[in-house]
Amino acid sequence: MTAPLQHVAPAERARSTSFNEASARTRLDLLLDAGSLVEFIGPEQREVSPHLEIFDLPEQFDDGIVVGHGRLGGAPVFVAAQEGRFMGGAFGEVHGAKLTGLLRAAREIGSIPVLILFDTGGVRLQEANAGELAIAEIMRAVMEARSAGVKVIGLIGGRSGCYGGGGLIAGCCSALAVSEAGRVAVSGPEVIETNRGVEEFDSRDRALVWRTMGGKHRRLLGAADVFADDTVQDFREAARELIGLIGPFGLDRLRAEQGRLADRLRRFGACQDAVDIWTVEGVADAETVPELPADQFIALASRIGRSSRDAR
Amino acid sequence: MEDLSFHHPVRERAGGIRQSAIVGVVASGNLEVLVERVLPDAECAVEIKTAAMGFGEVWSAVIGDFVERYSPGGLKFSINDGGARPDTVSLRLAQAVRLIAGSDR
Repeated sequence: MTAPLQHVAPAERARSTSFNEASARTRLDLLLDAGSLVEFIGPEQREVSPHLEIFDLPEQFDDGIVVGHGRLGGAPVFVAAQEGRFMGGAFGEVHGAKLTGLLRAAREIGSIPVLILFDTGGVRLQEANAGELAIAEIMRAVMEARSAGVKVIGLIGGRSGCYGGGGLIAGCCSALAVSEAGRVAVSGPEVIETNRGVEEFDSRDRALVWRTMGGKHRRLLGAADVFADDTVQDFREAARELIGLIGPFGLDRLRAEQGRLADRLRRFGACQDAVDIWTVEGVADAETVPELPADQFIALASRIGRSSRDAR
Repeated sequence: MEDLSFHHPVRERAGGIRQSAIVGVVASGNLEVLVERVLPDAECAVEIKTAAMGFGEVWSAVIGDFVERYSPGGLKFSINDGGARPDTVSLRLAQAVRLIAGSDR
């Protein structure tokens, strides 16, 4: 018999819960201080997609995203969590508008950080135009919030990864934390193979997908600042660490980011594979990186891995 | 999509003080159940939107068994179904009753 859940301390539950396998609501419940989550436009308001019914497809009461506010280590935060199992966590009209609204509220207040728990394949194809517009609105809202002094942090470890427009929005964030399972890219494996051929990218080669788009590579390249083990508690600690680390945002920082990306292209542009990049970076036995357990990888990443801390 | 609706008289009011709760996700073989404490104590209602057409009799049996077993008086259940099997439906309904019986909120 397992003990009833109310007798297990929240931190204990957060440590024993896989971020990857948890639902969006469970992630937020355990990421934030116990009982502090207050949802905006919750499921009982039934703000469902206006498009899915036309396609005879099932709706979800929250349109696949939970937005709200809560506390992290006693301090207020805004939060958004995508549900990667509902239509691949894809951005539709309502789904996107909820995140845009949250970011605009954060911009008005100016001092409260925003945590975005990405779990998305990109734009929902059934509402393509509305979804694409939502991506553009969210990117603008992220940059406007950051310009007003808001720290916008992406947490990536869901089963749908962070693809398409989600990858673009993640690129706009102040900082990212990622787990091994948290793939980050714009075009997904199948999209690349369809457009460029199997010689360019074999989407069925899981090892290739993981070392090209997975969390470890993103951390070593400096796209993600923190690598988290796959527990909600680890992501909670990563979020707290990043809130403490992020500096002010302005033109100088954007110039530094441009410099960082140009340097990256100069150093690694000729590499054919992620393993080549890790070798150039000075990782001994680079081909063993995918097998490293989280603690050993974090030690390696803090020794060798890049960070976008002075840029972004 | 098919819409189904069931109303049952119920012996007892469901326990707890929470006003609403939600469990599950709309995905293939899964469903979400939103439960709200909005009905008189001796009534229970279940409203279903399902992607699997033509299973009204199975739903009727599953809901009837659930009402008999849990006596969820005063509760309205709203279901978005992605084609879940009957055992998954029973599990989610039981989880919803347990969640709304919690003491917080």
